[in-house]
Amino acid sequence: MTISRRTLLAAGAGTGLLAACGSNTGRGGGGSGPRLSQWYHQYGEPGTERAVQRYAAAFKKAEVSVQWRPGNYDQQTAAALLTDSGPDVFEVNGPTLDQIRGGQVLDLTDLLAGVKDDFNPAVLAPKTHEGRIYGIPQVIDMQLLYYRKSLLRDAGVEPPATLDALVEAARKLTDGRTKGLFLGNDGGAGVLGGTPLYAAGFPLVTDDGRVGFDDPAAARTLGKLHRLYADESLLLGAPADWSDPSAFLQGLTAMQWSGLWALPRVRKELGDDFGVLPFPADGSRGRPAVPVGAYGAAVSARSRHKELAKEYVRWLWVRRTDYQKDFALSYGFHIPARRSLAAEAAPLREGPAADAVRFTTDHGYAQPLLWTPAGQTAYQDALSRIIKGGADPERELRAVVRKVTEEIGRVRK
Amino acid sequence: MRRHRTLWFWVFVGPFALGLALFTYVPLLWSVGLSFFDAHNTVTPTRFTGLDNYTAMLRDAAFRDSLKTFLLFTAFIVPVTYGFSLALALMVNRVRRARAFFRSVFFLPAACSYVVAALIWKMSIFSGVRFGLANTVLGLFGSDSVAWLSTTDPPWYWLVIVTVRLWLQAGFYMILFLAGLQRIDPALYEAAAVDGARPGWTVLRHITLPQLRGTSVAVVLLLVVNAFQAFDEFYNLLSDARGYPPYARPPLVYLYYTALGQGQDLGLGSAGAVILALVIAVVTVAQARWLRLGRTDGDG
Repeated sequence: MTISRRTLLAAGAGTGLLAACGSNTGRGGGGSGPRLSQWYHQYGEPGTERAVQRYAAAFKKAEVSVQWRPGNYDQQTAAALLTDSGPDVFEVNGPTLDQIRGGQVLDLTDLLAGVKDDFNPAVLAPKTHEGRIYGIPQVIDMQLLYYRKSLLRDAGVEPPATLDALVEAARKLTDGRTKGLFLGNDGGAGVLGGTPLYAAGFPLVTDDGRVGFDDPAAARTLGKLHRLYADESLLLGAPADWSDPSAFLQGLTAMQWSGLWALPRVRKELGDDFGVLPFPADGSRGRPAVPVGAYGAAVSARSRHKELAKEYVRWLWVRRTDYQKDFALSYGFHIPARRSLAAEAAPLREGPAADAVRFTTDHGYAQPLLWTPAGQTAYQDALSRIIKGGADPERELRAVVRKVTEEIGRVRK
Repeated sequence: MRRHRTLWFWVFVGPFALGLALFTYVPLLWSVGLSFFDAHNTVTPTRFTGLDNYTAMLRDAAFRDSLKTFLLFTAFIVPVTYGFSLALALMVNRVRRARAFFRSVFFLPAACSYVVAALIWKMSIFSGVRFGLANTVLGLFGSDSVAWLSTTDPPWYWLVIVTVRLWLQAGFYMILFLAGLQRIDPALYEAAAVDGARPGWTVLRHITLPQLRGTSVAVVLLLVVNAFQAFDEFYNLLSDARGYPPYARPPLVYLYYTALGQGQDLGLGSAGAVILALVIAVVTVAQARWLRLGRTDGDG
C-alpha cells in the first residue's frame, strides 16, 4: 500500500485535531499506581507553590499532581465539578450549599473524628451542613483595618472606635495628596459585604435561618458609608486593589481595609508606624466586627479514587500538623485553622499580629452557609448603589431582604 | 472518481462539521433545554420548571438593567465608531505621501488584545490616582484627580469604555472604508466637478456616501454584532475579585456571573441567554429590513 501526500496530510490533520481537543487536568492516565489531582488557587506568597508540591510528594499511597491555578479560581472549580475531568482534591472557599446539596462534594465528617474540637468553630461552621462536614479548613484568613499612626497623630485623630468616628477620621485625614480611607476600588461594596451589618449587631442570616438585617437601624448603618463617598474621603481607582497594601504603603491613603496576609509586608516597610483595628461598632446594639474565612480542602464526588482522596486529605490537613503550621506561617501570614497550632505560633503572639488573633477570637464572623451567591449579588449591588449613588438604604435593603428570603426558602426546601 | 471526490469532501469538511456540531449546536440546544429546568450546579437536571426561569429572569431588575445598558451602549458606539472610522478613511485617502504608513498606524490597534488594551486603559491611562496619565494631564491644569472607573456621577466609566473600544476598532473599519473609497470611479468626481459640484460636503453627500452604501451596510452590521458581543473590555475594566458593580453591566457579564459564577444557576443563565438571543434576532431582522438587505438593483 502506498501512502500519498494527501492521505498523509489528511491523517495528520485529523490527529492534530484530536490532540488539540485534549487538556491537562492533572489526573493523568499513564504510569503505575493510583494518581490524584489536587487544585489550589494561586497564592501570592513566594514559596507556597513549592511547599504544597513538597507535601504532595511526601504522600506515599498515591502520586499526587498539584495544579496551581491563577485567575478566577472559584469559577474554575465550580465549572470543573460538573465534569469528569475536574480535580480529585481541591481547596475551596466554601463549598457552597448548592454544591453540597447537589452532591458535588463528599462528606468528610469522619476525617475529623477525635480532633473536631481543635478546629476553630467559626470557620468550621460554614463548612457544616445538617451536622455533616464537607470541607477541612486549611488556614484562617481575616480582614482588618490598617492605619498609619504618624498620619493620625499629625491630624490629631484618634484610632476610630465607632463608625461615626471612622467617617470623621477619614474626612480629617484627606488632603490633596492622601485620601483618608481605602475600601477597594469599588468604594467598599465588594470587600465589606456584611461586615458593617455585623458591626451594627445584625447577622446576615439568623441561627434559625431568617434574614438578620430586616431592620431600619441596619439601613441607617449602611447609609453612613455613603458619607465616606460624599465627603470624597475614599481612595478610588488605585493601581492595586484592597487585598494588596501598596496604596497604604505608597501614602495614597491613611487607612486601608485589607487582609492579615498583608501584615508582614506592612511591618517590613513601615516598622512600628502602623496599627490594626476591627471594623468599628455602630449603634446601641453594635460591636466591632472582622470577617474570617478559610479555604478548605474538599473532595470531588466525581473522583475516581474517592477513598484514597479522602485519605490524602486526612493525611495532609488533619494528621500532618507540621505541614499545616508550615503552610500557614512560613510563606504568607495566616492563622492556623487548628486552635492548638494557633496557640503555639510564635509570630502571632506580639504586636499587631496578636491584635489580629484577638479580633478573630472576640469579633470574628464567617459568612453563613445560607448566604447564597445570588443573595450576595443582590446585597452587593444594593450596597454599591447606597455608597456611590446615595440610594435610599431602606428601600434598597427591602429589595435585598425579599431576594435573600426567596433564596433561603429555595435552599431549605 | 465521484466516490473519491465525496470521500475527500468529508475528509476535509467532516472534522469541522463535527467540531461545529459538538462545540456549537449541541451546547446551544442543551442550553435551551436547561432553561426549562432547575439546574443549580448540574448540566443534567431532573426537575422541570417550565417557564419559571424565564419569568424570574424577566422580573429580575438587574437583568433588565443590563439589557438597557447594552442597548444604550449599542446606540452610542455604533454611530460614533462608524463616523470616526469613516473620517479616518477619508483623511488617509487624501494623503499623497506615506499613505501606507498612516494606514498601518491606524490599523495596528486592531491587532491588540481586548484584555491587554483594557488593562492599559484601567491601570495606566485612566488610573484613578494622581500619577495616572489622564489625571497627570488634569493636574497640569490644576484639577483634582478623577476616579474614572469608580465615579458614577458623572458616569466617567463610559468615557473609558468607549475610548478603548474606539481605539481597538476604528482602524479595522477604516480599512474597510478605504477599500470602498478606492473602488469609486474617479470619473464620477470629474463629472461632478464639471457640473459645478464643490469639493467637500456636497461631493461627500451626493457621490461618496451613496457609492459607499455596500461598505456602510457591512460596517454597520459588523459594529452591531460586535456591540452585542461586548464582554471583554467591560469585564476587564470593571470587575474585581469580589464581582462586578451594578452599573455598565452588559447582559453577557450578568449571565456569566449567574451561570458560571459560584451560583452556578445554569437554568436561569440559559433562560437569560435565550432571551438575549431573541432580542438580538429581533434587532437584526429590524436592521436588515431598515437597510433593505438583499435588495437588488431591480427592486428600486
